[in-house]
Amino acid sequence: MYKYILRRILIMIPMLVLISIIVFTFSKLAPGDPFTGEFDPRITKDILDKKRAMFNLYDPPYKQYLSWLKNVLQGNFGVSMRFGFPVSDLLAERIPNTLFLAITSLIITLIVSIPIGIISARRPYSLIDYSATTFGFLGLATPNFYAGLIAIYLFSIQFGWLPAQGTITAGADYTGLALFWDKFKHVIMPASTLGLAQTAGYMRYMRSEMMEVMGKDFIRTARSKGMPERVILYKHTLRNALIPIITLLGFEFGALVAGAVITENVFSWPGVGTLFLNAVINRDYPIIMAINLIIATMVLVGNLLADIFYVIVDPRIRYD
Amino acid sequence: MQTEPLLIIRDLKTYFYTDGKEVKAVDGVNFQIYKGETVALVGESGSGKSVTSMSILRLIPDPPGKIVNGEIIFNKLDLLKLSESDINEIRGNEISMIFQEPMTSLNPVFTIGEQIMEGLRHHHNLDKANARKKAIRLLQLVGFPRAEDIIDEYPHQLSGGMRQRAMIAMAMSLEPKLLIADEPTTALDVTIQAQILELMRDVKEKFNTSILLITHDLGVVAEMADRVLVMYGGQIVEEGDVYTIFESPNHPYTKGLLSSIPSLNDDKDRLESIEGTVPAAHEFPKGCRFAPRCGEKKLSICEEKLPQLQEIGNGHKVRCFLYERVEA
Repeated sequence: MYKYILRRILIMIPMLVLISIIVFTFSKLAPGDPFTGEFDPRITKDILDKKRAMFNLYDPPYKQYLSWLKNVLQGNFGVSMRFGFPVSDLLAERIPNTLFLAITSLIITLIVSIPIGIISARRPYSLIDYSATTFGFLGLATPNFYAGLIAIYLFSIQFGWLPAQGTITAGADYTGLALFWDKFKHVIMPASTLGLAQTAGYMRYMRSEMMEVMGKDFIRTARSKGMPERVILYKHTLRNALIPIITLLGFEFGALVAGAVITENVFSWPGVGTLFLNAVINRDYPIIMAINLIIATMVLVGNLLADIFYVIVDPRIRYD
Repeated sequence: MQTEPLLIIRDLKTYFYTDGKEVKAVDGVNFQIYKGETVALVGESGSGKSVTSMSILRLIPDPPGKIVNGEIIFNKLDLLKLSESDINEIRGNEISMIFQEPMTSLNPVFTIGEQIMEGLRHHHNLDKANARKKAIRLLQLVGFPRAEDIIDEYPHQLSGGMRQRAMIAMAMSLEPKLLIADEPTTALDVTIQAQILELMRDVKEKFNTSILLITHDLGVVAEMADRVLVMYGGQIVEEGDVYTIFESPNHPYTKGLLSSIPSLNDDKDRLESIEGTVPAAHEFPKGCRFAPRCGEKKLSICEEKLPQLQEIGNGHKVRCFLYERVEA
C-alpha cells in the first residue's frame, strides 16, 4: 500500500510537467502578450519593448518554458508580468480564501445531498422524491453565474439578508464568534452557488446508488435475519452506496477549485478564481501557469485520495 | 402420522403487478410442514417456488409484489397479519433462510463474523464478546477448521462452498425451528454440493429443525426430502412422500420431470424433456395449466376447467382430471 502511494506520487511529477507544457503552449498560442492592450499614451513602444525584453518574451517559446520550469523547480513562481508582484505572494493571499470557499461548498453539498438522496431512495415517487428530482434537474441545468446572480438579487437586494460580495465586512473589526458569523454570512451564498450543480448531481447519484443496493441479494439476507429497517438502511445499504460517492469526492475537490473561477467573479470573492480570470485576460503567463499547476496538483492529489479512500471503505480492493 | 404441523400455508396467493399486468406467481398454494421434517418444493424456473418461499417471511418486494390472499400459520400466529416489528422477531429467530447465490447473499463490506454476530446481538442481546464466541462455535460446527481466522475475513476471501457454509452458520445461529433453503446448492459444483447437503442434514439433526428445500434438482430431493411438493404454474400439482413421488408419480408433469433424469443404465442419444416451456404467469390457459404441454391422454375437460388438488390415498395428492373421482 505505501509502495503504491509512493509510486503514485512519483508518477505525478511527469504528469505535472506534461500538463504545464500543454498549458504553456496554449497560453502562448493565444494572441497577444501582457503588454498588447496597453493604451496609456505615455508608455511608448520603446518602453514596452524594454518590458518585453525584461521578461524574455522575445526568446523562443521553448527557452521561455525551460527557464520557467527551472525557476519553479527552485520554488520560484516568478513575478506577475502585469503588476510586478511576486506570484507566490499573490497566491498566498488568495489560496486560503478559495480553499475556504471550496471546503464550505463541499460540506454544504454533502450535508444536503446525502440525506435527501437517502430519503428519495426510501420513498421513490413520493412528493419529496419528486420535489428533490425537480430541484436536481434545475440545479444541474442552471449555470453557476446565473444562479449566483439570482441569489444576489433575492437574498441581498430584495430581502437584504446576506452580503453580496467579499469575504468579510470591510472595516469591521470583529473577533471570535462575531467574526465567524460574519464570515459565515459572506461564504454561505457563494458556497451554495458553487455547490449547486454538485449537490443536485450527488443527490441523484445517492438516490440511484441506494436504490440499486436495496435490490441486492445481501439486503434480502439482512431482512431474512430480521434486522430492523434502520439497520438495513443505515448499515447494510448506506455503507455500500457510499463507496462510489466517496470516490467521486476525490475528483470533486480539484474540480471545485477550478469551478470557483466563475463563482468567485460573480461574488467578487478575492480568491484564486478572480486572480485567474484577470491573468487570462491580461496574458499574465506566470500567474496562469502557477494556478494551473495548483489546480492540476489538486486534481491529481484528489484522485490519489479517492483511491486511498476506496481501500478504506471497500475491503475487496487492495493495492499491492 | 405426525402430530401438529409447524407451518401451515392456506390458499396463498402472491401476485405481481407490472406494466398493468397481473402476474399470478403463486396462485392458491396449500401445504404443511411438520416438526423435524424436510419438505422439498420442486419445479421448473418460473413455477413459483421461490416466490412461495419468500412469501413465508414476507420478503416479496412490494411494489411490485403483493400477497393478496392466504394464511401462513406458524406457532398459531398468522405471519401475514403480524406488524413489521413482530415479523422481524420471527425472521432469523424462528424461521431463517439461506439463498442460492452465496456470492451475492453476503454483504461484501462486512466480515463474516460481523454478519453472524449481528443477528445474535439483535435477537438474543448478546454482548460483543459472547456473540463472537458463539459465532466461532457456529463456524466450527459448519466445518471451518480455522474458525478464529475466518470470522474476521470478508466474503470475497472465501470460496463459494465456504460462503454457503458461512450462510448456514448464520441461518442456524439463532436455532430456528424452520430453515428455508432456496436452491442452496445450485450455484456450487457437485462435490461441494454433496458436502453442503451433508452439512444441512447434520445441522437438522442437531437442532431438530424442519427444512423447506426449494430446488429443481431431483437428485437433491431424493437425497434430502421426506415429502415432496411439485409446483407448476404457481400451483402445487402433486404432493406425496418421497417414495411415492419417485416410485409412482401420477401427475403427467411429475412423470415428465422424472423421466427427464438421465439414467446410467440405458444408452440414449438424446435426453428426455418435456415439450414446451412454462407459460408466462399472466397468460395461463383457462383449464389445466399443464394441458398445453401434457403428453398423456388428454380429456376434453382438461382445457376447459382447472383441476383441483385431490387426495388419492395416504397423503398423496394430485391435481389432474385423470385421477379425479367422478363427481360431475
